[in-house]
Amino acid sequence: MKRIISCVFALAVMAVSPSAYAVQPDEIMSDPAKELRARDLSRELRCMVCQNQSIDDSEAPLARDLRLLVRERIAAGDSDAQVIDFLVARYGEFVLLKPRLNSHTWLLWLLPPLALAGGGFALWVNGRRRTKAGTSQDDALFALTADEETRLERLIAEPSPDKPV
Amino acid sequence: MIAEAGHYALVLALALALIQSTLPILGARWRDAALMNVARSAALAQLLFVGASFAALVTLHVTSDFSVVNVFENSHSLKPLIYKITGVWGNHEGSMLLWVSILALFGGLVALFGNNLPLSLRAHVLAVQAWVASAFYLFILITSNPFLRIANPPIEGRDLNPVLQDIGLAVHPPMLYLGYVGFSISFSFAVAALIEGRIDAAWARWVRPWTLMAWIFLTLGIAMGSYWAYYELGWGGWWFWDPVENASLMPWLAGTALLHSLVVMEKRNALKVWTILLSILAFSLSLLGTFLVRSGVLTSVHAFATDPTRGVFILLILCIFIGGSLSLYAWRASALKQGGLFAPISREGALVLNNLLLTTACATVFIGTLYPLALEVITGDKISVGAPFFNLTFGPLFLPLMIAVPFGPLLAWKRGDLLGAAQRLMAAGIAALVMVAVVWAWTSGGGAFAPLAIGLAVFVIAGALSDLVERTGLFRMPLGITWRRARGLPRSTWGTVFAHAGVGVALIGIVCETTWNSEYIGSMKSGDVIPIAGYQMKLDSVTQHQGPNFREMVAQFSVLVHGEPLGTMTPSKRNFSTRAATTTEAALMTRGASQLYISLGEVTNDGTVAVRIYHKPLVLLIWFGPVLMAFGGMLSLSDRRLRVGAPKPAKSLRGLQAAE
Repeated sequence: MKRIISCVFALAVMAVSPSAYAVQPDEIMSDPAKELRARDLSRELRCMVCQNQSIDDSEAPLARDLRLLVRERIAAGDSDAQVIDFLVARYGEFVLLKPRLNSHTWLLWLLPPLALAGGGFALWVNGRRRTKAGTSQDDALFALTADEETRLERLIAEPSPDKPV
Repeated sequence: MIAEAGHYALVLALALALIQSTLPILGARWRDAALMNVARSAALAQLLFVGASFAALVTLHVTSDFSVVNVFENSHSLKPLIYKITGVWGNHEGSMLLWVSILALFGGLVALFGNNLPLSLRAHVLAVQAWVASAFYLFILITSNPFLRIANPPIEGRDLNPVLQDIGLAVHPPMLYLGYVGFSISFSFAVAALIEGRIDAAWARWVRPWTLMAWIFLTLGIAMGSYWAYYELGWGGWWFWDPVENASLMPWLAGTALLHSLVVMEKRNALKVWTILLSILAFSLSLLGTFLVRSGVLTSVHAFATDPTRGVFILLILCIFIGGSLSLYAWRASALKQGGLFAPISREGALVLNNLLLTTACATVFIGTLYPLALEVITGDKISVGAPFFNLTFGPLFLPLMIAVPFGPLLAWKRGDLLGAAQRLMAAGIAALVMVAVVWAWTSGGGAFAPLAIGLAVFVIAGALSDLVERTGLFRMPLGITWRRARGLPRSTWGTVFAHAGVGVALIGIVCETTWNSEYIGSMKSGDVIPIAGYQMKLDSVTQHQGPNFREMVAQFSVLVHGEPLGTMTPSKRNFSTRAATTTEAALMTRGASQLYISLGEVTNDGTVAVRIYHKPLVLLIWFGPVLMAFGGMLSLSDRRLRVGAPKPAKSLRGLQAAE
């Protein structure tokens, strides 16, 4: 069997990408640039018979078929978007690990930023209410009470433990 | 006999839990100390009985009593002893029994060490614990009894799923459960506080060590699970954004937020209402995690629909406890007085920002995990939400968090000086910039992301250390004084330094592993040599072996550097005949914090074997970071302030508190 050599890739930079591979030696394309594209695409496609695995991770026969299909389309000259469209046309949106924005998923994509904005807004409102509640910020918040003043004076009068006596 | 005894002990534990969940509450109503004290003895007795029940199940597994369904389905007489024991919680029924045992353990600990709690608070806390316990005892007894017998006992068992026959799995679930269930204490304290309508800084001081303990276990449990997946699943991946993983990540995020808001509450008596809500949420997410993993809803919504008994039962528990506690919260929270005003730029403000980002991150994971389930139930449409989604939504939330981490400890309470803090972080910032430049030059024009991310990690680590330098006066004062100051620092300060540095360390590991991972995928014959990341890997031989309950193919590799042998690696592939399953035993060689990783694929007819060889630079830091974080947590837990318990406020401090 022909040995396939030199397939050491510096992986594409991603925030957190679990690097797990089930690509078989005989699947690898001869052109490293195309193979890299195939690998990147594979990581975004779901192995439909597995539990939450990309076809790049999975050892299932179906995942292998899909990997070969992706490479076939790339070899035929498809762009990344065309490959994705081809697979979605065949297998439905379920195959995408990163759902596309549409009427069913806009809420999914919108909720996380909304949660952040909502939390930030709630904090802002809360902060404003508090500032209004206190007459003047500096007086209410930061002025020392008489007790604290005397305590502070006593502390200042005491020798610091750090200074050599 | 043992099975029946175990079953009966469990029923008695339920009876005790029912007593514990009612009498102390009545006692607190009627101000009857004797009734309130029932909670303590009931909690201890409950621990005793559920412990006996668990011991019975362990005994059944160890003695391979195949007349019990649970043992028959999950054990094998030839299995090594250690896996007979760990097999107890390698299945649904056993793991639920472990869950309630740990719940009873925490209840027992509160009963034992809660002597300094006000009597009514302790009674309420233990009663709420018992509500949770009763629900889960009922669940086990009605739907998941591990002690059921078989009419015609078979001779041999079906064996445990081979993937689970690993030492990592022996420790991972108990750790995780100690974390999950540990949050039940903060939950019980929160509900008790709502019932009593009283909550103060002392409350936070009582809750903090329990939350911290749960958090430490959860941190270690998640890290261990991740390392287990890394070496056992044979792909070299360590985090998959799998719903099961997300189920444990959500309570961790909420728990981390809770730890920080408890600090504010203890020190400044502020954020009370929010802290209570977080305590409820952290445990609710633990319950949700239990539901997701145990109901089968993840495998398929349809599987859940065809055998819904268990799933519906847990869902019911989930609704009652989450819904009940949140209603109680909505009803009573307004009665809690807000205290401790602070300016936006202050230690409190920094911790609020931490809470905002952590809870949003938690919400993101929640949405990504449950959205596909909800969509399928409502519309029938199936979509997948996987790693690419989480990387895009979760990652950006951690960026501002990481930038903010070093600032928090340097800001003063009430009103901080951002410019001053920035000045004190100058050294850390310079260190980070130097690191960015070094990494950039070293990779000579690779992507910009990795150098920047590593710079950020260095900023976090150096920022944590600057706080230490600042407090001890290192470089500014004579060494003797620095030493005295360092010894005088509270352990919780050291804990903060270690935990924050741990975050940076883990980030370095994550970035290095994902960016500079080298891999070789190919077929090899005996005698072939493959170069990878400066190492030469030579396949010496491929042999067959017979294990206790499996057959395995073992490949032996020699690892060489510049022709000099470093050692051998022996990855294998095991075939378990009883379950007709194979597992991949990857071989790992550790070089510093980096690892070489080999896993085997199929053997072809002409004798070549498919192999995957990876070099993973600094990969161990991914888990070393969480270990550092947990170590920081332990240091903080051993702080004198928590060891001596919550003292009554001293008379002389009264004046100070009145100002808040």
